[in-house]
Amino acid sequence: MKQIFEFIIQPWPWYVAGPLIGLTVPTLLLIGNKSFGISSSLRHVCAACFPADIPFFKYDWKKEIWNLIFVLGVFFGGVIATNFLENPNTFVLSEATINDLKALGIKDFSGLMPADLFSVEKLFSIKGLIFFVFGGFLVGFGTRYAGGCTSGHAIMGLSNLQVPSLIATCCFMVGGFTMTHLIMPIIFKLF
Amino acid sequence: MKNIQEIQNTVIVEPFVCEAPNDMKVAESWTDNIKYLVVGIMFGIVFVKAEIISWFRIQEMFRLQSFHMYGVIGSAVVVGMISVFLIKKFNIKTIAGETVDFHPKKFQKGQVYGGLIFGLGWAITGACPGPLFAQIGSGYVVVIATLLSAVAGTWVYGLLKDKLPN
Repeated sequence: MKQIFEFIIQPWPWYVAGPLIGLTVPTLLLIGNKSFGISSSLRHVCAACFPADIPFFKYDWKKEIWNLIFVLGVFFGGVIATNFLENPNTFVLSEATINDLKALGIKDFSGLMPADLFSVEKLFSIKGLIFFVFGGFLVGFGTRYAGGCTSGHAIMGLSNLQVPSLIATCCFMVGGFTMTHLIMPIIFKLF
Repeated sequence: MKNIQEIQNTVIVEPFVCEAPNDMKVAESWTDNIKYLVVGIMFGIVFVKAEIISWFRIQEMFRLQSFHMYGVIGSAVVVGMISVFLIKKFNIKTIAGETVDFHPKKFQKGQVYGGLIFGLGWAITGACPGPLFAQIGSGYVVVIATLLSAVAGTWVYGLLKDKLPN
């Protein structure tokens, strides 16, 4: 039992995590005829809280409540994993990434997030506004415009062999490479 | 039953297209919904334990300096594909005995424009929508600002939808 627990608290390798995420697809389909997707929860929040007479938000969101319950579960999963299954060792990041990010000015590599950026005080700086507010806006706007996110397109869509999802996934990657290599160095230089 | 149908017809102005629709024919009770809470919790634990919620891991991925994220997404897709294939091939029914619904996606320009915009946001925030919830659960309070901004982004998309090329 102790050995199992010691294994669980280690960081999970991709060949454990990936298949478990993949299994979410048939699990949701078979327990309730639900197609896997997460970004729709953001739309349901809009529909439930501030529909503002916009046709896009006028639908029976209560029928889709399962999606909001699912993301609430993801939140609690985060609580459980971080408080009860915490990795006892230090976070391991590739040397090359550490060097690249040091060159951009990041100093703290101890946690899952760079403490230099992910703190509440930083939110009220221009850098924080770009990273959290502007970044979050792009995520919400982009996923809805694309009709899905990494889960709805890259995992559910590709599992169902949908070409539009493949196109969307390629565009996600192109956007990410562009931000990382072309735009982020400029953002870090500004402040 | 007829009443419910009528109410829905008056509320829904345009056909509701959702990437994660509820296709279950029978209405579910609150206790039925606990299933989704449990699956969500398992999913959130995987996100944290495989460090998918880490801003650093996303940077590693976009800098091609680690295989980890490619392995996670790649193996998830393979397992998903095999599962969908088996469900279709053997016509496996849901636990309520329904036939599983699949939704073919139509190509729209939004998948390109929106995909690129989402990609920019993914790299800068280090999170797609799923990990956002797990990051907040992990105690990164500042990510609440990211989530609220993502809701705002979704809302602005809804507002401008008909004016955008698609």
